[in-house]
Amino acid sequence: MQTLLSIEDLSVSFARPNRNISAVRQVSLAVTARECLGIVGESGSGKTQVFMAAMGLLAANAAADGSVRFESEELLRAASKELNRIRGSKLTMVFQDPMTSLTPHLKIGTQLAEVLVCHRGTSWSEARIAARRMLERVRVPEAQRRLSQYPHELSGGLRQRVMIGMSLMCEPLLVIADEPTTALDVTVQAQIIALLRAMREETNMALVLISHDLAVVAGLADRILVMYAGRIVESAAAAELLRHARHPYTAELLKCIPSLSGPLLERLPTLSGQPPRPGESLAGCAFAPRCPRAAERCRVERPLLEAADTAPVGTAPGGEAGSGNANGARRVACHFPLTP
Amino acid sequence: MNAALSMTNPLLRVTGLQVEFGAHTAVSDASFDLFPGETLGLVGESGSGKSTLARAILRLVRATRGSVLWCGRDLLSCDGAALRRARRDLQIVFQDPLASLNPRMTVGETIAEPLRIFEPGLDSRARRGRVGGMLERVGLNADMLDSYPHEFSGGQCQRIGIARAMIMNPKLLICDEPVSSLDVSIQGQIVNLLLDLQRDAGTAMLFISHNLAVVRHLSHRILVMYSGRLVEIAPRDALFAAPIHPYTRTLLSAVPAPVPAPPASLPPASAPPLVPTPISARAPRSSAEPVASVPTIGGCAFRDHCAHAVTVCSTTVPPLEETVAGHWTACHRAQELR
Repeated sequence: MQTLLSIEDLSVSFARPNRNISAVRQVSLAVTARECLGIVGESGSGKTQVFMAAMGLLAANAAADGSVRFESEELLRAASKELNRIRGSKLTMVFQDPMTSLTPHLKIGTQLAEVLVCHRGTSWSEARIAARRMLERVRVPEAQRRLSQYPHELSGGLRQRVMIGMSLMCEPLLVIADEPTTALDVTVQAQIIALLRAMREETNMALVLISHDLAVVAGLADRILVMYAGRIVESAAAAELLRHARHPYTAELLKCIPSLSGPLLERLPTLSGQPPRPGESLAGCAFAPRCPRAAERCRVERPLLEAADTAPVGTAPGGEAGSGNANGARRVACHFPLTP
Repeated sequence: MNAALSMTNPLLRVTGLQVEFGAHTAVSDASFDLFPGETLGLVGESGSGKSTLARAILRLVRATRGSVLWCGRDLLSCDGAALRRARRDLQIVFQDPLASLNPRMTVGETIAEPLRIFEPGLDSRARRGRVGGMLERVGLNADMLDSYPHEFSGGQCQRIGIARAMIMNPKLLICDEPVSSLDVSIQGQIVNLLLDLQRDAGTAMLFISHNLAVVRHLSHRILVMYSGRLVEIAPRDALFAAPIHPYTRTLLSAVPAPVPAPPASLPPASAPPLVPTPISARAPRSSAEPVASVPTIGGCAFRDHCAHAVTVCSTTVPPLEETVAGHWTACHRAQELR
């Protein structure tokens, strides 16, 4: 499998008047062509910052360390001129808030067409035709009329469709979708997930889906990485991770999701305590203070992300996705992982 | 709702409540009862009018029509002094935990504010004692009294907001999306806290949320709102097992497949294999694609998204009627769909 994006030992920190706050700590991951990688974590876990670093979109007070290569080109220290050749065309991003990620004073048609004019040198008239076709592809009703509308005239769901359409204008190899449904209502969320699924089938794109919602990621991802306090704590093929979480954090997180079916509960399951505050650094495992399995060792020695034994043969009938390649290999950062 | 509860007098009776902002009608003809100790879940999508309905009950926005009977008195027409007295027993917790606290007041001052208003005789020592006790009841340390909101996490700020609302032991607590901005690992803590406080104090709750799974675990009855109207009111079990209104059905089917946790004590091999259900496979056809926006004048607001729509749906607004005992629906085809 061809590796598209390769992140090695990426650390991101933010300079504050008194101290540096570390948001991402030594994260390594790879995205292969056409796969869908889900990144799950709570707010502050660093999941967005990993990809903001990759896109060269970090805040001015941020410093990134390590390496991010896209098709073997280093992005981390690239000048914006080089970055602009790649981002927006081969590597694109869909943001959480469709209200603020479109330019408010430009018509939808102009914003979509501009992508082709800038990256491909297409003429405006041709680019506008392509823009209309794209709106049809992302199932925006009355595409022709929408071209001359402004973002505020569209609903949140339609705006997110426009955003997704914009990210696909240059037939990207990789689309990074950062919480693409979080700002949307549940019925609209279902529509956008269906659209992303359809776009994966209709194009060659790989997709990184960042979300705090495991249920959203579960419906799309081949592989899932779980982040906690700036580090990856578990990675596995999606079906396997959902069936047998090995890291106690993943397991507890799964238990916390209230369900629509299942038995009615007197009390909702919870994870005690709080995630570490930004910049708070712990000697051992960052999850130890909240972990039901934590022992003394966890408080002094940080567990490394290492290959874990996979589930016994025969228990993973649905785990075909990625189970054969090195990327699908199960990794867990825990001294006392749950047994498969 | 069980018979014992429905025979008591309602704590709150909302009748024909209407809220208009200029030409836009945010809430149309909302009517429902809330009984002492009951938890009513109010669900619906953004813009459906849930928060406006809640705020109109508290007279934080002006209703243009209808009545809100609270202990026999209409809150919409009573004078300021009476409204103030009523609000002692009628409190609200807002969605954004940080924005709903005054950044320039210490946590102790914020929680003490209702005491200062409603129990002016209390000396500052006694007040501080009550506030410290309340902080501990919501799971914070009493020594955090002199801290400011920005020193707390979102979950902690929500606990402070709950402490402020509960310090007068209100009869009704309105919670407007109290856990929506919190991470899933913190959500459960806050919901459980509300349940504990409710059990101890016997408070009734109107719990507004777009998260159906959360509402399911804590409500006795559920109100479903769509486009400013209540379209279904049903006891919790009936709503989830046998929803009648096509909108409620759409809403329930759009929730992403929950991920069941493997039973902790059982060997994993016995857990059923879980293959994530594709959402598109579960969503009904009617909601799969957006519909061109046609202004709805008269008729049912959901008709363009509804697989069951017939001619009458575009001419007449369906009234909210009791389709099955205790189960109310605003749908022309409710009897066929039940």
